[in-house]
Amino acid sequence: MSSTFLGLPSFPVAARESTRDGQLRANLRHATHTIRAKRAVAVGELSDWGELRAAGAAIKDHTLAHLDHYLQQLEQAVTAAGGHVHWAADADEANRIVTDLVHATGETEVVKVKSMATQEIGLNEALAAQGIRAYETDLAELIVQLGDDRPSHILVPAIHKNRAEIRDIFRTQMAAWGRPAPQGLSDEPAALAEAARLHLRQKFLHTKVGISGANFMVADTGTLVVLESEGNGRMCLTLPETLISVVGIEKIVPTFRDLEVFLQTLPRSSTAERMNPYTTMWTGTTDGDGPKEFHLVLLDNGRTDTLADTVGRQALRCIRCSACLNVCPVYERAGGHAYGSAYPGPIGAILTPQLRGTATELDASLPYASSLCGACYDVCPVAIDIPDILVHLRQRVVEGGETVRGGVKTVLEPAKGHTTERAAMRAARWVFTHPAAFAAGRRAATATRRLHSRRLPGPGRAWTDTRDLPAVPAQSFRAWWQRTHTTKGGTP
Amino acid sequence: MRAALFLTCVNDTLYPDTGRAVVRLLERLGVEVDFPLAQTCCGQAHYNTGYRHEAEPLARRHARVFRDYDYVVTPSGSCAAMVRDIHPRLGGRARAEGRGDGLARDLTGTGTRTYELTEFLVDVLGVTDVGAYFPHTVTYHPTCHGLRMLGLGDRPRRLLEAVRGLELRELAGAEECCGFGGTFAVKNSDVSAAMGADKVANAVRSGAEVLCAADNSCLMHLGGTIARQGTAIRPVHIAEILASTREEPLRLPATGAPVHMTVGRPGTEARARREGTHR
Amino acid sequence: MSSKDIVLGRVRRALAGAPADTTPYEQAIARAYVREHGRRTTEQTVDLLAEHLADYRAHVHRTDAAGLAGLIARLLTDRGARRVLVPAGLPPQWPAAVDATRVEDRPDATHDDLDSVDSVVTGCALAIAETGTIVLDAGPAQGRRRITLVPDHHVCVIRAPGQVVASLPQALERLVPTRPLTWISGPSATSDIELQRVEGVHGPRRLDVVLLDDAG
Repeated sequence: MSSTFLGLPSFPVAARESTRDGQLRANLRHATHTIRAKRAVAVGELSDWGELRAAGAAIKDHTLAHLDHYLQQLEQAVTAAGGHVHWAADADEANRIVTDLVHATGETEVVKVKSMATQEIGLNEALAAQGIRAYETDLAELIVQLGDDRPSHILVPAIHKNRAEIRDIFRTQMAAWGRPAPQGLSDEPAALAEAARLHLRQKFLHTKVGISGANFMVADTGTLVVLESEGNGRMCLTLPETLISVVGIEKIVPTFRDLEVFLQTLPRSSTAERMNPYTTMWTGTTDGDGPKEFHLVLLDNGRTDTLADTVGRQALRCIRCSACLNVCPVYERAGGHAYGSAYPGPIGAILTPQLRGTATELDASLPYASSLCGACYDVCPVAIDIPDILVHLRQRVVEGGETVRGGVKTVLEPAKGHTTERAAMRAARWVFTHPAAFAAGRRAATATRRLHSRRLPGPGRAWTDTRDLPAVPAQSFRAWWQRTHTTKGGTP
Repeated sequence: MRAALFLTCVNDTLYPDTGRAVVRLLERLGVEVDFPLAQTCCGQAHYNTGYRHEAEPLARRHARVFRDYDYVVTPSGSCAAMVRDIHPRLGGRARAEGRGDGLARDLTGTGTRTYELTEFLVDVLGVTDVGAYFPHTVTYHPTCHGLRMLGLGDRPRRLLEAVRGLELRELAGAEECCGFGGTFAVKNSDVSAAMGADKVANAVRSGAEVLCAADNSCLMHLGGTIARQGTAIRPVHIAEILASTREEPLRLPATGAPVHMTVGRPGTEARARREGTHR
Repeated sequence: MSSKDIVLGRVRRALAGAPADTTPYEQAIARAYVREHGRRTTEQTVDLLAEHLADYRAHVHRTDAAGLAGLIARLLTDRGARRVLVPAGLPPQWPAAVDATRVEDRPDATHDDLDSVDSVVTGCALAIAETGTIVLDAGPAQGRRRITLVPDHHVCVIRAPGQVVASLPQALERLVPTRPLTWISGPSATSDIELQRVEGVHGPRRLDVVLLDDAG
């Protein structure tokens, strides 16, 4: 994975900062609550949402179960339509392929339409290292790029910035990248959007290489699909002479007809619209219409490792709608940066530790970045049981076990740093399977209840820093029961 | 009708009043309540923290203890969800690990006979008016596992709305998690505390005297936040409200008193006096 | 070993052990969702299209064959268009009353040439009522994808009800996947700043949709 995210702190450490940032909390709260409410309305319009959701999950599961077949079918169809297909086992290889393709055109600038896959592999940094400048053209990605920032949301990457902060970034940074911001730029969203339009117009008209991802790839026709709103996608997909699309191998659907499910569920889950303003579908190249050269880079980068896990693989159904982020109470308070990857929120908490593994402190902390409230599962348009996978990955962290990394079977050791917890869990299990011990422990707790502090030392402080402990009652329930009810029959 | 009370380890140890309230309520409704003393813990904390294999003997034990009951009632949405939803999965995972069908077989059945308290009242006993009396303003927080895994829906609300003297106040953002989440509360204490503070703020804004829920683990987190803040609202388990009657009313502690409360019942007088809950 | 072999090998190893599933794809997926939401008359479907187009700030107009040329001319005049792009295959009577200079799309037109045009008039392949969507497939009267992208004003004529379908499933049945397809639902828009929707970013900032009555 890209070096962009190396050496980041664990989730709880990063989240500690963000929970204390009042401005960030306010921005996130406003944004997530706004889109959450809109989504509920858009989804509520469809009486068959449950059926669409089930069909979406089934299509994805079927595709994953026959992924080798569909990948080859896709390659054939794209090639037959005049495109070129490349295979990348990891991020480095994908970056190398794209860099070489750009070099071959003789160009040193590319325009990019927002793509999670290229962010995941750190493509912009890799291109920059080879003297190629990548211009992000999605408004939010532009804000992030100009602000030397990182995206914090899948759909609205600059969700953590408010209008005044965005205006300041445009005023101070646009000139270094091209056309400066208009004089006297206000912080009205319409004015800021207009500034972006002017800034990017010449780049769209004159840049000869475009780079994209794709929302879907249709195996039997070789058709790629990109959904977007601003028109920057259409610009990047149709005006350049060369188009390079970097797409994860899980983005396949078997047939064109399958889009009837996802084109209903994705916009409503994502931007909360009946349909997003623009969708482009292209198949290879077309004479006189769009790029003359089309390259598709099929990206693995941990996806096959994820596929090898029979519990975790359903994360590969994800269509990147971001509905789970918008309903997640943890995301709302921690913000996207705390997840330390291109994929924040609940989906990131299950995808990143599978794509990257759980070797770093950050990646091992992600499965715990959830209260398991289940709101994410409820809204997921492809029914990914995110809480179930979170618990499964927690197990991988604390218990270790067999997994696949880079296509190779590996046995993980239980993670360090959980030793005390593991011992406590074992002890608790022993007590709970020995009721006499449980009863004795209960009696001890009662006997010493006056000594119990409302504030704990050590790890327990994490509780008592903000919350009192409950008082230990004078008498446990079972003691009362035995005194009052056991004459009536007691236990079986 | 006979039903087993699956109280949960947290309630047994820290919230005996909730257990007493369930017994009192069910007996009032003509149910013969049994409390199998061999019960301990359903394994939820172990499982949710990633110790699935440690949870297995607990689940097995749980299934054995409750095997012979047609109805198992628990005043905890999350423990009901653990037994009904997760225990069967444990069996499936063990099978997938090549450990045979034994665990799956042992864990079959208990889940479908396990009812969260409000489900048992509304679906099995078919009552929404349980004859309760509680002359206070109450706001209800639907806890996550009850809401999403069990699908309790409006059952708790219907029960509360039928309580004499009770005025229900709307809770803004009701369906958002309170931030407890078991070990989440400790592992991600900053986010957990922020969620808890927001939930308490919404509850206070409702103007209610009482914050009610069907899960004491969530109320422990919220009650701890409330106590630390010195906020006036008081957390109460729904069972204690439903158990409260004109003859034996649940009395609220004075503002600022410890959050722990008690149903007025012989045998708890001394403690109640000590903690100042009787006047 | 090529990267293709490596990736396919990993996929096969990941899936090894799963029971073989030979169900034909057409039968493998339960498609219990509906083909159309609700039941409407043809007229109601066209009304729904108009309503949903307008929801996302497209300007919707209705006319018949006799009124079409005048309406198009007025829309262009209102916009102050001086140069209007017309794709190959556009019925000659559509822009017949237009005062502005008509510019034919040429294969060698540069992007700057396109950028110097004020408006573009096209037809479409079909329109979807439930979502308020127009689909262009580069067929007659539609031209290349870029001509409805670079100019700031797009006038799109939909023959209604002939080109109107109710739902997405019905639309996909009628489209040829291998043609370049552009789906348009209102003018370009962004919600990237504080989730506040702003119409008009890079694509045409004004979208006029003309529902041309082709009934009878």
